[in-house]
Amino acid sequence: MATVQVTAPPLKPYPVIPILEAGSMAQSKPFVANAAMQQALGFPGELVEDWQEKAIAKLGELLGKYRSLKVYLDACVHCGACTDKCHYFLGTGDPKNMPVARQDLLRKVYRRYFTWSGKWFPKLVGAEDLTREVLDDWYSYFNQCSECRRCSVFCPYGIDTAEITMAAKEIMDSIGLGQKYSNEIIGKVHKVGNNLGLPGPALLDTLQSLEEDLKEETGLDIRLPLDEKGAEVMLITPSADFFAEPHVYSLMGYAKVFHAAGIPWTLSTHASEAGNFGLFIGNYGQMQKIAMRVREAALDLGAKRLVVGECGHAWRVAYSFWNTLIGPFDFLDPNYPVPQHICELTYDLIRRGALTFDKSANDRYVVTFHDSCNVARASRMGGMPGGQFEIPRAIVRAVANRFVEMNPESIREKTFCCGGGGGLLSDELLDLRVKGALPRMEALQAVVDSHGVNFMATICAICKAQFSKVLPYYQFNMGMVGGVHQLVGNAIRLGSK
Amino acid sequence: MNAATVVFALLFYAAALLGVAGLVWRIRDYARTPAPLKIPTTPAPTTTGGVVLRMLREVTLFESLFKANLWIWLFGWMFHVALALVLARHLRYFTEPVWFWVVWIQPFGLYAGLAMAAGLAGLWVRRLLVQRIRYISTPSDHLMLALLLGIVFSGLSMKFLTHTDIVAVKAFALGLILFDWQPLPAHLGLYLHLFLVALMIAIFPYSKLLHAPGVFFSPGRNQADNPREQRHLAPWAATLEKTKV
Repeated sequence: MATVQVTAPPLKPYPVIPILEAGSMAQSKPFVANAAMQQALGFPGELVEDWQEKAIAKLGELLGKYRSLKVYLDACVHCGACTDKCHYFLGTGDPKNMPVARQDLLRKVYRRYFTWSGKWFPKLVGAEDLTREVLDDWYSYFNQCSECRRCSVFCPYGIDTAEITMAAKEIMDSIGLGQKYSNEIIGKVHKVGNNLGLPGPALLDTLQSLEEDLKEETGLDIRLPLDEKGAEVMLITPSADFFAEPHVYSLMGYAKVFHAAGIPWTLSTHASEAGNFGLFIGNYGQMQKIAMRVREAALDLGAKRLVVGECGHAWRVAYSFWNTLIGPFDFLDPNYPVPQHICELTYDLIRRGALTFDKSANDRYVVTFHDSCNVARASRMGGMPGGQFEIPRAIVRAVANRFVEMNPESIREKTFCCGGGGGLLSDELLDLRVKGALPRMEALQAVVDSHGVNFMATICAICKAQFSKVLPYYQFNMGMVGGVHQLVGNAIRLGSK
Repeated sequence: MNAATVVFALLFYAAALLGVAGLVWRIRDYARTPAPLKIPTTPAPTTTGGVVLRMLREVTLFESLFKANLWIWLFGWMFHVALALVLARHLRYFTEPVWFWVVWIQPFGLYAGLAMAAGLAGLWVRRLLVQRIRYISTPSDHLMLALLLGIVFSGLSMKFLTHTDIVAVKAFALGLILFDWQPLPAHLGLYLHLFLVALMIAIFPYSKLLHAPGVFFSPGRNQADNPREQRHLAPWAATLEKTKV
């Protein structure tokens, strides 16, 4: 296996729209899922003989199932509003990473086979046959979209490239051309219960050793309970929280919050994963099957509240889709939102005065906040639109003295993806990931220079893993990234030490 | 009754049939295709009233486009607002007596014609000169601009170059509606104008002009952000419910 050539573009003092470099990222492709991984999810093991017909038939099926796909393929007028909005385009200059050009890879096939104008005047309207070259482009460029929805914010029709990427991935899975990273992970969730393939006994072991760490740090018996029946709260968190750094510090932060507030809680082995890669591959059935473990575990444990840990796409699925996929939640306590984000829970406790902090514990940090794409543009927290921006910031301000915002064009609904979302967090895509992080790195560099920022807080497991990996390529310390509840954990007062 | 009258009358009936039937078919298709998941681009309004306001801002002010790119917004918005005014101004050809507000906007409608031309020209210049937009342009994108500019210039030519008998044009227009054909004045500019307008009506539902009805059906813009409060279930998704515990 050849090693990936990874080049970080130079950081510029202000954002610059790159000159087009056609085909510069055509070689970027993730590993293809093998037959066993594909078949475990009910997909063909390898590219089927009649893939062309099957793909067109699948596109037809999806057009009947998803209004988003149908309207979005029709409505685009090629106005160009989205062309400079994608972090992968800004980082690579490859024109097929412009959202509209990415959409057009599918749109031209849609036009050819499903519209009158494309059937009769293909050249005129940019319609094309589904050839092997087009399929190769699909595999390359739909795996260069992190489904972050930034383009959809700026589109006058709200066209969301994520919907089109998901449809394309669904079509490719159905003809046997799956992406290894996502499909292998989904297989692990079904088999073991979480993305990292951490079995129950190992999880118990890990949690016990974390309890010992907490005891050593605080002198208190702060618990990380697993499968405890009758606990009020069942916490569903990304499995990276169990042992990856910096994720694990947030997990300990959640535990301290529950401890300080005296809320009985538990984790579940059966639902030991908040992440739901069914979203990334655009497969409703997989998404539902993965989410269903949460319902089963909650019923089994008799939990009254569902709380979700720091994970962007998981929060999108939980907030926006759980009620649809695995609801109704009539068996849960109606006094709390279902599901509830850990930040909502902590924020409520802060407002009620149930938590106290020693903010000076975070004085070594000048903190900034990176909005994670799925939280920012595909979910909400609290009762007001935009609560997903205000609540995490309010928590950071409550636990740290020094907080600085990055360039307003790079935060809140305009936030840039970390570069590793959407199932692209795999090593063979590292070059793409490093380049895709460019806009965020430029915004970070600006506040590092102006305010000495040395901590970028975020509430997403993928963001944390991605930044830990790519920060060094831009001469930053990988320890600069961490969770909001990592800061909470540092500052929270837990009684006598 | 001359040949041109018959040709144009038939042309307009055919265009109206193609355009209206196609549009009804597309809109029904959009309306009947389920949106199985809640996918508003957030932050989004949490109530239906809020969604109506968001959509109003989107279609009258082009709010998202304004966030995206001031130049495209400027030219695009100028063109569309001017188009709305010009269409309203043209109502005088289809109403008898002419409504008071249509009378009132007549002078503005004229400037709107010039603004339309400026907006379209600006968009075309960007399409030709901005590398990114040139890359994504198809021949139909250019032809659509040519078609619209053709309509604008042929229309303006009848104001600024050679007038036609607009009383007769109005009689022709009303005659089409009442199926009581009246002769169309012989005038090249008018012929060109009417031909291009008929062409645009005919291709509306088979082209990117579908963005007009499409925006109202965009789940990213027309859904309320209330998935926790209200369970949302599409019919085909409901059939998967049986597998649940």
